[in-house]
Amino acid sequence: MSASVRGPHGRRPWKLTPARLGLYGFLIICALFFLTPLYVMIVTSLKDMPEIREAHILGLPTAPSLAAWSKAWFAACTGLTCNGIRVGFVNSLRIMIPSVIVSIIVGAITGYALSFWRPRGAVLLFGVLIAVAFIPYQVFIYPLVRIFSYLGINNSIAGIVTIHTIFGLPTMTLIFRNHFAALPEELFKAARVDGAGFWRIFGVIMLPMALPIIVVAVILQVTGIWNDFIFGLVFAGRENLPMTVQLNNIVNSTQGEREYNVEMAATLLTAIVPLVVYFVSGRWFVRGIAAGAVKG
Amino acid sequence: MRIGSRLSTHLALAPALLIALVAYCGAMGWTIWISFTNSRMLPSSVFVGLRQYSSLLANERWQVSVQNIAIFGVLFIAMALALGFVLAALIDQRVRAEGLLRSVFLYPFSMSFIVTGLAWRWLLNPTLGIEKVGHDLGLAWFRFDWLVRPERVIYTLVFAAVWHAAGLVMAIMLAGLRGVDPEIWKAARVDGIPAWRAYLFIVVPLMRGSFATAVILLAVSVARLYDLSVAMTNGGPGIASEVPAKFVMDHLFERGNVGLATAAATTMLITVVAVLAPLMYWQYRQPARRPV
Repeated sequence: MSASVRGPHGRRPWKLTPARLGLYGFLIICALFFLTPLYVMIVTSLKDMPEIREAHILGLPTAPSLAAWSKAWFAACTGLTCNGIRVGFVNSLRIMIPSVIVSIIVGAITGYALSFWRPRGAVLLFGVLIAVAFIPYQVFIYPLVRIFSYLGINNSIAGIVTIHTIFGLPTMTLIFRNHFAALPEELFKAARVDGAGFWRIFGVIMLPMALPIIVVAVILQVTGIWNDFIFGLVFAGRENLPMTVQLNNIVNSTQGEREYNVEMAATLLTAIVPLVVYFVSGRWFVRGIAAGAVKG
Repeated sequence: MRIGSRLSTHLALAPALLIALVAYCGAMGWTIWISFTNSRMLPSSVFVGLRQYSSLLANERWQVSVQNIAIFGVLFIAMALALGFVLAALIDQRVRAEGLLRSVFLYPFSMSFIVTGLAWRWLLNPTLGIEKVGHDLGLAWFRFDWLVRPERVIYTLVFAAVWHAAGLVMAIMLAGLRGVDPEIWKAARVDGIPAWRAYLFIVVPLMRGSFATAVILLAVSVARLYDLSVAMTNGGPGIASEVPAKFVMDHLFERGNVGLATAAATTMLITVVAVLAPLMYWQYRQPARRPV
């Protein structure tokens, strides 16, 4: 997590030598490669269909229009219903907000209990949690569907929130445990001597010190849950399909002529939330990756 | 007091314990058990030994899926590692606008595989996509229709996935590079070792922890590859871009063959454990060398 505590230290900076020019040239070409899909999505969404068919994908729109965006938002069709991608947007919000809150609370408490209190079996429990972070979801999905329908929470917001809590637990526990484990043990001992118990130490001492890691957890969970496809598809139910699933349905179930401008507008609308989180959070996003990456 | 705290600890761990016992271990055990039964639409309890596994091995779609994931896994990990490391090494040369470049290389990683797949599918559209750009430039011979060519389609998934993940590798590598002792650069300079050799023979071995982290993260996303295939090709043309995770999902929820699907899922599980266990063991043994 000590990302970039020191500055860059490759070779010394020179004046603009040929090697230096080559370096910048290569980086700029790479940057263009990374930006091209986003650029193409944006310009396509601003064109009308005749222009898309005639001009090529890299060209700027001659008469930029937001018609495709408005159609994608209000009137894009999945199958027979044409209510636009906004339905999925609302569903994604309804899934994401409780899922983020519940998964972070469970992860924070688990990480705290495992870091300071070390009950018997803590190592085993932690080992199981970490192992699951690497196992393909397909191993768990079918029995969970059966269990959830037995409990009556399949195809509901409660079901999908539970699923995001279940599969967010390894990463959430890990980052909170690592954060708490790095705090000085004396802090904990002093509080114990003063007679504070489990929940008091958690609420009064640990939570306020966990603010930075809570921010990291929120970033991780908001982007992860917003981008989820497989769980939303299986567990959310037809009434609550998240935006990614609805987007895929809009694009992949089109009958007749395809409207690429509407498809790209809908795609961009789906990407906006994680992109905003990414560009607003900046270095925090990288911290989140680093924190989640230190498995074990 | 002491007893109260111990009780609270167990209470606090109850949700995690429940999840670990039921949702992880229980579900996994159940999946493995079903794979030994003759379940079709619904799970049955008739034990049939390894029959599901032998029909899985004989299944053409599964064979294509395994072959695809092998090609995809090797190429994707190799290319993402190479591109990510090169980008990190170049950004580390005290370039201008470092923050901007890092944002540009990492932003794809913030987006979903569905968005990634749909964007690349449009870009590689055989009539209106990149191929048309070539034609409009007067290159009538230019063909880029890999998306609809069965023997090439898997490489388009590699393309899109590398675009998505290279920035992640860059971020991990950059953190690793910043953890390298600056004295090493001075020593290399004094000894007259060219920069590329210093990177290849001194810095890369020092950064094996970063490489292990990156390889593990990339390998996990290979095993989970599903959304990208669904959005970009939906397994097509025909079954040319099917992958194991999609095989499991389709047999569970569309084709109603739970026995075969769980046999496939169990096979995935065994493969993942066999590949990742040595890697993780190797990384565990050298905790000091883990800058990220």
